[in-house]
Amino acid sequence: MSFENNDKAAGYWRENLRLVLSLLAIWAAVSFGCGILLVDVLNEITFMGFKLGFWFAQQGAMYVFVALIFVYVAKANALDKKYNVQED
Amino acid sequence: MDVQTLTYLIVGATFALYIGIAIWSRAGSTKEFYVAGGGVHPVMNGMATAADWMSAASFISLAGIVSFVGYDGSVYLMGWTGGYVLLALCMAPYLRKFGKFTVPDFIGDRYYSQTARTVAVICAIFICFTYIAGQMRGVGVVFSRFLEVEVETGVYIGMAVVFFYAVLGGMKGITYTQVAQYCVLIFAFMVPAIFISVMMTGHILPQIGFGAELIDAAGNGTGVYLLDKLDGLSAELGFSQYTEGSKDMIDVFFITGALMFGTAGLPHVIVRFFTVPKVKDARVSAGWALVFIAIMYTTVPALSAFSRVNMIETINGPDSTGVPYETAPTWIKNWEKTGLIKWEDKNNDGNIFYTSGEKNEMNIDRDIMVLATPEIASLPAWVIALVAAGGLAAALSTSAGLLLVISTSVSHDLLKKNLMPDISDQKELMYARIAAALGVVMAGYFGINPPGFVAAVVAIAFGLAAASLFPAIIMGIFSKTMNKEGAIAGMVIGLLSTASYIAYFKFINPAANSSDNWFLGISPEGFGMVGMFINFGVAFAVSKVTTKIPDEIVAMVESIRFPKGAGEAHDH
Repeated sequence: MSFENNDKAAGYWRENLRLVLSLLAIWAAVSFGCGILLVDVLNEITFMGFKLGFWFAQQGAMYVFVALIFVYVAKANALDKKYNVQED
Repeated sequence: MDVQTLTYLIVGATFALYIGIAIWSRAGSTKEFYVAGGGVHPVMNGMATAADWMSAASFISLAGIVSFVGYDGSVYLMGWTGGYVLLALCMAPYLRKFGKFTVPDFIGDRYYSQTARTVAVICAIFICFTYIAGQMRGVGVVFSRFLEVEVETGVYIGMAVVFFYAVLGGMKGITYTQVAQYCVLIFAFMVPAIFISVMMTGHILPQIGFGAELIDAAGNGTGVYLLDKLDGLSAELGFSQYTEGSKDMIDVFFITGALMFGTAGLPHVIVRFFTVPKVKDARVSAGWALVFIAIMYTTVPALSAFSRVNMIETINGPDSTGVPYETAPTWIKNWEKTGLIKWEDKNNDGNIFYTSGEKNEMNIDRDIMVLATPEIASLPAWVIALVAAGGLAAALSTSAGLLLVISTSVSHDLLKKNLMPDISDQKELMYARIAAALGVVMAGYFGINPPGFVAAVVAIAFGLAAASLFPAIIMGIFSKTMNKEGAIAGMVIGLLSTASYIAYFKFINPAANSSDNWFLGISPEGFGMVGMFINFGVAFAVSKVTTKIPDEIVAMVESIRFPKGAGEAHDH
């Protein structure tokens, strides 16, 4: 066991899950949400020459995906340090 | 120099480069290959993963499909990028901490069961074979056009090249070869896209030109936006609106899901993250891979829209009634030789004409769009040659990665760890080669008798991955109570339900393959997501009524959840 005690281990996992779930909520919102379920509503709005829903489905969602992973990397690495479970 | 000579030159030069790299990096031991990431920087690993990932289907077929179906093509764009978020957040770091080499290794150990390992191997082999089946068609299309032969002959040539490449180059130099292949394929993809974007909209970035105003030959704005023009043309010719598509929302939703979850369950992609030096690197590698993939995937829909407008305008002419066949652009005649464009003069007016429904005279295979685009837009000959080299780079890098997984799955996971534990190293290697050869032959068969368009065949592999391996891996990491009985039942029923749904509508009763007969209106391509829910449901139900998992497995699950103490990446 690399954690100081079981509470710490549970705390680390809880924070990790919260991080992952909140990023996945954004992931689902831009793709399944804006790109598919809400596409007709958003298509009423014009954005840089695109219908907005169409833009999310063919451009926007992908940009957000890339950003999400790098946010995760930064936050997960910080979380490891906080609980002192990073690699040497 | 003509296109054909230039194609030989550029394709020849890139092949020489790949083989050179393979020989140069071959010096290393076999072990060095299995932990390929050992000394590889995460950016390089990301680039190699992207090359491994972007297959002939992505390169050749994807823009063509999006071009023909408009908004509906978004399922592939979001599906094949969104899965990387799942990989990075939910799988890569934990599987790296686990520290073995293959997916069946993880499933076998986590579910403390030889049966679970066997089921996982079967799933992995099944998925890889389906996936590689989609590749050879793409190679065939490239060769058929540039050697001016029928597409079947192109497939035979492609089979020979891929087999030779996989055997001669070996798998050892694969990471650096794939880095080179990524560079070739992305350059080959971006050059024509940028050319066309500048010609049609004056914007260098296709991603911006996609939403911009069209310009005329003199470079003045016409006041018409590209996408409005496309919607107008589609309406005029009786197609569904380009920006709205024709699939039902529920089907779009489920296909996107199946592709995303499938991406996160594909053995040849997951393997990449087992072998990087650190857990930290596994996380960031997935990010870089997605950056390199997104460069191409955000360009694809732009290129699709440009080439759609171009294609319709060159065939139908300025007054939308068709142009005489004699004066038709040469690309049409060039592609007719491959059998991938067919013209039938239905009203005997000597004009070629493209529209929807009965009056359409042009039968155009979607798979040619990317390769034909530089010709349609009259780009210089070297650009056309470059695109051919890019298409081959995409097909080779993916085929090599898949053949590796197929041969290790068969020889290592299935034979050595399962059926014949006493097998000698030479025998193991022999079986690995036989498996690779079998993979090439199967791929060739489906290349000649394609059950659909390239990207559609590949989509089936994702459905199977989503329904079988993805849930087993996720539960292995995030549940401390999931036992072997649950996982095995979930994988078996998930795989079987999805495979039979697909087989029924694609092979047994294709006549019934329409949304009226589908379960909730979900097409076979999207059923993998349903299969995934079935897998999760069955697994939890079965695990509730069967034995508890051993304490040492609970301890193992706890230990993969944080990075500290991750050892070197392991050999077999």
